[in-house]
Parts: sequence; C-alpha cells; structure tokens
Amino acid sequence: MIELDFNEKKCLACKTHDCLTKCQYLDLDKDAAGMEMQKIIKGEDSHVLHDCVTCYACEEYCPMGNHPFYLIVSRQEALGITPLPEPLIKRGVQMGIPFRGDPEIEEVQGPVLNMGAFSDLTHLIQGKLFEGLTLISTDPRKMFHYFCQLMYLHYGRISVINERLGKIIQTFAFHNVNQVIHFHDECYGAYTSYAPAFGIHVPFQSVHFFEYLYHRLTTLKNDIQPLNFKVAYQRPCSSRLSSDKYAFVDKIFELIGVEHVERKYKHENALCCGGSILGQKRAGSRALAMELQRKNIQDMKQAGAEFCVFNCPACMLTMGKPVAENQIQPIFMSDLCRMAVGEKIT
Amino acid sequence: MSLAEYKYQDIIHRCFRCGYCKFPTDWDDVTNCPAYARYRLESYSTGGRLWLIRAWLTGEIQWSQHLAEIVYSCAACKNCVEKCPLSFHNDIVNMIIAAKNEMVELGLLPAPVKKFLQNIQLHGNPYGLPAKRRKAWMDGLNIESYHGQEYLYYVGCEGAYDTRAQLAARAVATLLLKTGISFGALGNDEACDGNEVEMLGEDGLVELVAEKNIKNFQKLGIKKIITLSPHAYNAFKNIYPRFGGEFKVFHYTQVLQDLLDRIKQDGQSAQGAKVTYHDPCFLGRWNSEYEAPRTLLKATGFQLIEMPRNKRGALCCGGGGGNFVTDFLGGSEESPARIRVREAHATGATILAVACPNCLTMLEDAVKVEGLEEELMVKDIAEILIESKQ
Amino acid sequence: MDPIYRALAEIVGEEYVSDQPEELFTYSKDLGTSEPIQPDYVAAPKTAEQVSRIVRMANQKKVPVVPLGGGISLAGLALPLRGGITLDLKRMDGIIELNEKSRYIVVEAGISHGKLTSYLHRHAPHLMHSEPGAPPAATIGGNVVIHGQGDLAHPYGFNSDMINGMEVVLPTGEICRFGSCAIGSGWYTLHPLPDLGLFLGWSGSTGILTKISLRLFPCKKIREMDIFVVEDEELVPDILYELTHAGMAEDLVAWSQEIPPYGNRLHHININITGDSREEMEFKRHLMFDIRLARYIQDGVGGIAAVSQDIERPQISKSADWKKGGGFEYVGSIMPVSAYPECYRRGMEISIRHHIPYTILGRVIGSAHGMMFSYSYAFNRADPETVRQAREALHETDHMVLEIGGTIWKPAVYGQQLVMERMDPNTLQLMKKVKTLLDPNNIMNPGNWEVN
Repeated sequence: MIELDFNEKKCLACKTHDCLTKCQYLDLDKDAAGMEMQKIIKGEDSHVLHDCVTCYACEEYCPMGNHPFYLIVSRQEALGITPLPEPLIKRGVQMGIPFRGDPEIEEVQGPVLNMGAFSDLTHLIQGKLFEGLTLISTDPRKMFHYFCQLMYLHYGRISVINERLGKIIQTFAFHNVNQVIHFHDECYGAYTSYAPAFGIHVPFQSVHFFEYLYHRLTTLKNDIQPLNFKVAYQRPCSSRLSSDKYAFVDKIFELIGVEHVERKYKHENALCCGGSILGQKRAGSRALAMELQRKNIQDMKQAGAEFCVFNCPACMLTMGKPVAENQIQPIFMSDLCRMAVGEKIT
Repeated sequence: MSLAEYKYQDIIHRCFRCGYCKFPTDWDDVTNCPAYARYRLESYSTGGRLWLIRAWLTGEIQWSQHLAEIVYSCAACKNCVEKCPLSFHNDIVNMIIAAKNEMVELGLLPAPVKKFLQNIQLHGNPYGLPAKRRKAWMDGLNIESYHGQEYLYYVGCEGAYDTRAQLAARAVATLLLKTGISFGALGNDEACDGNEVEMLGEDGLVELVAEKNIKNFQKLGIKKIITLSPHAYNAFKNIYPRFGGEFKVFHYTQVLQDLLDRIKQDGQSAQGAKVTYHDPCFLGRWNSEYEAPRTLLKATGFQLIEMPRNKRGALCCGGGGGNFVTDFLGGSEESPARIRVREAHATGATILAVACPNCLTMLEDAVKVEGLEEELMVKDIAEILIESKQ
Repeated sequence: MDPIYRALAEIVGEEYVSDQPEELFTYSKDLGTSEPIQPDYVAAPKTAEQVSRIVRMANQKKVPVVPLGGGISLAGLALPLRGGITLDLKRMDGIIELNEKSRYIVVEAGISHGKLTSYLHRHAPHLMHSEPGAPPAATIGGNVVIHGQGDLAHPYGFNSDMINGMEVVLPTGEICRFGSCAIGSGWYTLHPLPDLGLFLGWSGSTGILTKISLRLFPCKKIREMDIFVVEDEELVPDILYELTHAGMAEDLVAWSQEIPPYGNRLHHININITGDSREEMEFKRHLMFDIRLARYIQDGVGGIAAVSQDIERPQISKSADWKKGGGFEYVGSIMPVSAYPECYRRGMEISIRHHIPYTILGRVIGSAHGMMFSYSYAFNRADPETVRQAREALHETDHMVLEIGGTIWKPAVYGQQLVMERMDPNTLQLMKKVKTLLDPNNIMNPGNWEVN
C-alpha cells in the first residue's frame, strides 16, 4: 500500500504555519492556517482544498519538512474536491497512456539524461555541454513510458501517480541506470521528493538538471564569455519540490555573467505561469491566470529584464508568447548556457 | 523485381497523394516540384510518381519508355522531402532512386540516361569528352597540382568541361589564391564525383567511382576538400563515407565566408544594384547551407533581394538528377529553369547569383531563351566577388 | 492517329494531353476507397476557350468529359464513371483581379487554396478567404462546386455562399457568366439577378466552372486557437449555442477520436479566435469563457484545455497514415447541430463494428445553423481487406446519416443514389429536366446525380 508519510505531530508543533500563511493565492493568518490544516489532516472539508491553485509552493514553505501539498492533493481526491473540471481530468489522465508500443530498452553505461515527456525537445540538448551523455526518452511516440506523472498533482489524482509511477521506475530500471539527470524539475521532484514521501523505492540516483549544468559549465569555464544580460527566471511549480537545488539558478547565472534582476516575484515569491490555473473550475480562474501573467511580466519589465529564462516547457508554452510580445526574449536555461559557451542556438 | 524485393515496400503505399509536395514552404504555388511544374499532369507529381512505381512493382502497369522518363524526370531536389507532412518523408527521394536502381538492373533506361552513365564509365564525365581535356579550366592560372597542400580544390565535371562553368571554376580558384590558403588541384587526374550517378540509380558505378576517388585521395594524403559544385560537396560529404572515404568537405562559399578580409577586391562599387540568389538544392535542402552564400553576397555591397521561393522553399533549376544533361525537364516555357529566371527577373534584380555550376549553366541558358540577357545576368558568387568592391 | 486525341492535342497542345497507360492509370485512381476507373484521355487545358472547344468536340464525338480539380474529394467524384476525357483544370490557376476595397478576388477555378492564401498573404495581408480542411492542393473551383466549407464557416457559411460571380462552360460548350459580371459590371455580386443556381452541388455534371469571384473577409493580425472540452456529448450543442451567441469565434470545430488516447470519449471544441490586438483577443475570450461558458466550468462539466495555440494549416493527410497505410475516406454529412450527440454515438458504433478507431468531427456552419459532420475511416492501401472494411463502414454511415435526418455532403455515387431515393419526386424530376436541358448528350461527368 502506497501511503503518504505525513507527520501530524510536526504540523501540530509548527509555530508559523508558513505552508498557508505564505501562500500567495490564499489570505490566511497563522491561527486560521493552523485550523484549516487540522481540518485537512482529519480529512474534513476545508476551503483550502477548494481554493488551492496547486502551485506546489507549500512544499517549500513548510519549515518542518512535512508534505502539506501532497496531503492537500490526497484530501482533494478523497473528498472529491478536484481543482479541475472532470473532462479536463479525464483528458489529462488519458494523455499519459502510452499507446504506440513499448520503448526499445538498451542498457546504458555512464550518466543518463532523461527527457521525460519532452522527447521533442532534444534539439535543446546539443553541443559541448551535453557531450558524453546518453539520452533516454527521445522518441515522442514512446515518451509516456518515461512520464513521471507528477502533473496529476494539479488534477487531484494522487491515485493515478501511485498507480503508474512504479511502472515508470521499472522502465528506468530496465535500462540498468545508476545515475539519471532529469531534464525537467518535475521528474527530479518525482524521484527525490514524491517517491520518498510515499515510500516508493527508486533504484537510481537522481541529479538535478541545473546542478549538472553548473558542474559542466565549471569544467568549461575557459570557454565562457560573460553574456552581460539582465534576466528574469520563471520558476516553475515543480522547483518547489527541490528547493535545495534552486540555488543553482543563481550559481549558473553568476558563472555565465548574467544579472538575475531584483523583482517582486523572485525566489520564494515566484508566481505561477498560470498554465495550471487557467482551466480550474473555481470562478474567475481564467481571469486570474491572465492577471498573474500580466503582473509577472510587468514585474520583469520594470526590473529591466531582457530575457526570461525557463526550465519548464509548460511555463514556456504558457508564457513564452506573451513574454516575447512584451519585448523580453524567452529562452530555455540550456540555451542560455549554450550561448555562454559560444554556441549558436537555433 | 517484385514489390516484395523492393527496399521500400513497407512505405511506398503510404503516400496519400495529398499534394503538399508540390508546394514551397510558403504555399506560393503548386509548381515547386520541378517535374510537375514542367508537365502539370499528376503522373509527374511526386505522389503520381510513387503510385506509378508501386504499380510497376506490383505488375499493375508495365515498364515503358514513358514510365522511365517520368521516373527520371525527378530532379532529386528534395522539395517533396521538405514539404511532405508524413513520417516517411525523408525516404521519398530514396524510394524514387530505388526504382531507378531497378531500371538500371534490368537495363531498362531512357537513352539519355544510358548515355550519361556510359560516358561516366568510359570518360569519367557525362559529356563524353576526353579525360585529357579536363584540366583546360586551369589554363593561365597559377594553380599548383595537388602535392600535400592543406586543401584539394575539386571542380567537378561541369567546372572542368562546360565553358561557362569553367569561368566560375577559375573565379573560385582566383579567390582561393588571393586568400593565401594552401591548396592544389588534380587537373587531368580528377574524375567524376559520382553524385549524379547515385541520383540516377547506378549503384555499381557509384561504388566504382567513389572507391577509385577515395583511393586516389588517400594515396595523395588529401584530408580537406573544397568543392566548386554542391553536387560534389554532397557526394564527398554524404556518399563517400559509405565506402570508407572520410574527408573534411567544404563548399567554397563556406571557406570564403571566413576569409572575407583576405579577398577584399577593388572592383566596381555596387551602388545599390540589386542581386537575387538562387539556392542550389545540393547546398540548401540536401545540406542545409543557406547562409554562407548570402554572407558573401552581402559583403559585396549589392542589395540582396530574395525571390519569393527561397532557401528551403527554393525552386530547383531543373538540372539535378542528371537532368542538366539528360534534359527531361527542358524544352518548354514551363521548364523549371525558365520559371526560375522569370521569378528572378520579377524581383527587379539585375544579377541572378548562383553557387553551383549546374545551376549556372541551366539558368544562363534559360535567360537566353527568355530573351532577358539585357536585363538579367547569371553569375557565380565568386565572379560577383571578383568584380565588386568590398 | 486517334481523332479525339488529335483534336485534344490541337486544342491544348501535345504536351498537355495523354492517352498513355501511365496517365490513364494515375487518373483512374481516387485517393479514397473507390475502385479505379480509367479515362480514355487526360487533358490539361489552360483557358476557358480551350475547355469550351473540348466540350464542343466531345458533344460531336459523344464522349464523356470529367472535370477534375485537386482530385482530393476522396469520394471518387472525378472518376470517369463512363470513361472519356478527364480534364485536369489545375493549369487554369491565374489570379485575374483583386479588389481590396470591395473585398473580392476573381480567380481561375483551378487555382489551389494554397496559392490563393499565399497571394493574399503577400498582396493583401488584411484579407483572407475561407480555407477548407482539405490539403492546400484543393482547388477553389473544386471546393465550391461540392459546397465545401472552410475556416470561416461559422461567420459566413458554406464556401459556396461566398461567391460573387462565376463563369461556367456549359455542357454544350457555351461560356456563360453569372452575377454582376454577366452585365459587364465588376465581379462584386451574384444578386439581384434571376437565380440560375444550376452548377453548385452537381459534382461538375452540369458544367465546368472556369472563373469565380470569391468574397474576401477581414484577416486579423493575431490568430489563435483555444480548446474547450466536455465529456457528455449531449452538452456539445449547448456549448456551441452559447459560443455562436457570443459570435466571437472565427471557426468552431467539435471532434472526438480514439487515438491519441487523450481525445477518446471526450469532445474537444476547437475555437479559433482572431484579433488585431491583445485587448480584442481578451475581450472575446472574456465574453466566451467568463460569461457564456462560466457555468459549465464551475459545474465541472466543461473546461478550457488550452488557449493561444498557433493555428496550423490543416494537415488532414496525416490521418491517412494512422494505419501506416496511406488512406482514409470519410462520409461528410450536413446535420442540425442538435444532432451531434446521436451522430457521435452512431458513428462510434459503426467504427467499433468495423474495427476502425473512431474519428468524428463536426464544423459549425453559420450561427449553429448547421454542422458539417465527418466520419473518417482510415485504411491501409496495401491491404485490400482494410479498404473493403472502410468502404463498408462508409456505406453503412451513408444509411445512418439519412436515417437520423441528415444530408450526405459530396456523396459518392452510392450515397447519391440513397439521397435520390428519398428525394421529393417533383424535385427529382426537375433535376432530370435541368440535366437534360443543359446536357442533351449526357457527356458531362455522366453517372453523377443521374436520375433514372
């Protein structure tokens, strides 16, 4: 039985209830936050379950190392309080079904870069930063065999993750991998945060993409030409599952000579791209998503950002176009790093 | 051969004949397949050709001279590969070449193709001219024979024999001399590169030609090759590795773009004159080099105006797949070369720049037939560089 | 030499006529499931005068003439059912007049949709025509004579409703003009002259369309697609009613398909929205999603799956390769929007019965005045058994469409017979009279819409 390891005692002992008081989308003081968390722990209805925009941030805010967000999603599912309309949930759940046959499994030697469900982005993984890596999940027809499933945290469907994640881990195991660098934060979060929280065994070690990039850039230090850009970073929700690795964003920026502009929605205060809020059934969700985007981009502009750096392809999909329309160039972190080592990006 | 033995039996039926392959990248017209543009009957479209090939393999239709001409009218320009939305698109030209392989095997070839291949076999060039006249293009130029220099400058059959293309070969050589790089040429020891032989489906001869050249190149210690022709560039780059020939290959525009400061000319100032550029298929669609020629042209001070169909969407001159000699696409107002020069003329440019000796001769002939000699000159980029002031 | 071949060569030039097995084979094949039928000759005329001369000659020789556009109707409408001359009209592809301020363009009927799109993009980027879901090689003439619909169907109706004038070569060879162009004025209207609507929907059996004046419509700078999803098919007509009430969309297409799985048993409604500014786009989205569709979202029965997707040119031919077999055909039917749920259920049943993954799609015509519904069946061209299965499914679908009160769109001969069996006898007789009057020798695409 896969079950969330949530320590109620920690929650009771918590003095801040940062999980909810820091939430940018809810307005709760410490006492109210404590009461709502108690309701949630007990499996009772709470307005938090209805109003949660599923930004993952409480996983990071929790000072006790507990898992408030996983708990919220578990309860949403148990109580039938799903953030999204049913057809979107069905659509999302069906999207992750592999339907074009099994992937070709080859045993791999050395470090592996897992593209997850972004096989069509292998053009980003080019040049000397990625030399010597073996890529897995490079065939878009087979990519759902490597899909980490955490997307269903937005869908109130812990059960789907728990049902499928074991099989996905098995696919990695068939490759006989020891160490896997994950292209997306979400995959990294799945194997280093979610799986341990639910007691799911992961037979390989995971490396955060930015940590890999940072170390690779250090070995190529002589090739780096400082870019001297002013950049904003669009921090994705899944980064909240690996906040210990978030520091690599600034470490990379420093290494490649770009200025991470000071702005309101930075670091812990990062705003959701709006992609997961847009379709939620709570009244005004679409307008909220648009408003968040507007505020976020305005903030970047005011701070003088010339580039908006992305890691999450979903954020890029949601915000790339509006960012560009505001004369800020959207760019993937990997491309920015490639530019720094003198490579042309397409 | 039956369908069961055909290498592409699993995919040839998958062409839907939807007609995307007729268009350039921006849907300008259905005439971007050179053979379809010339004949405008569905049998000459890529889809029509694939369906006919399959019908021949299944015995639904019999081989005929006409069928062979339809198959050989394919200029291997890869426009279809570029435009087809289906997953097998990369194999479309291969499917056509495989049918040509079969016709070669059976000896069922149109006379001009037979002659082309015989000439290569006997004389080392498709024109049937003596091998000892191959070095004629070098006359009066101070070009060394190859003896271990850094680069081999390979001109190919058109550059060596065709009087017009010889001028382009000489212009490139003149510029290379000016750069001061170390290079030599093979003169009479040069032999056909075999690119068109491959496109015409004569596998055995490709092997013979490639192996002979590779042996010769290796004996001479050649490691880097600069080609005049994109066709030779393609052969050395993409065909020769199959036979163990690994060389660093450059089209001359790629070499010159990095050495622009060394070839500064003191020719005439462009004074805003307009030039348009025709992308050769074997540099563009086959090898994705679109920028080097443009970089050179921009350095000349001419105003570069693009034709509506350019880069990945360029219309082929109709000379590929041996058609510069076999000429299955000539003889009409709608011959691709004539359509192309009309398109170039319509841009208002006075010079049509090319980077391929094959395109050079095809398009210059078309300019004459169209009666546009006074208004539009076809020139190789090297010639333009020599004449202009940078 | 064969006198017909000689006459054709004399009219269109030797290069553009053939009686060789290779061309006869090529033109014998439709892309759908129809059995091949060979013409005796293929000719590609360049002008209406050449078409006229060919038709006059054909009357003398009593040989059928079959006009062909892009050849991608999939329903075998340009197969020479009684042999004769297939006329490939794609060389007649000129652009004659663009009148920007009056928003029309006069073209030769054999021009491709792709070419027209590209021309407008270059010369009048603020104007557009209605592009069908077909590949860009589909011709303007071919599309209007079968009452095609395109991506402006919701605001402006069928493509054949967007005609300002036409030139037709009659089955007896006369060249006739209709609309304001017939009185020597510009090609700006088909009305208010006496109605002679004798050519559209006849699959080329009453004449050959050679020129056409097409209405053009505003083309906005920003063009994007949003997607709304419901699970309950009964809700689709309601959602479309709400969306057409808002009147903010440029195209509305509802679809459901088994593969890929995310579309299975769900109904996606693609909503094309266009605007000249972000404010205009947001205003339109606000009206549609925050006002008209808000209750479906809040009730959790419908949701916005995506916004601001780039609109890609239809690549419908990809559906031909689902079975890695290069073929598909569909039954198109014109239905009331209210019939969507039944169309979906019955269509899916047929697919399941014939072991074909189901694909069902409906495009809204007008303000939900109708819907072009298509049931697609993919097959493997190399496997006759799958072709047979698809053909049977198509025939079954023809019956089903009529049974549930629909009308078959661009029916193949099989469907035409079913339609005519149900047709009001007086109407049927009028069709017969019109055909006999216009085409006394029955040479024009005979076998199509033939009243016995």
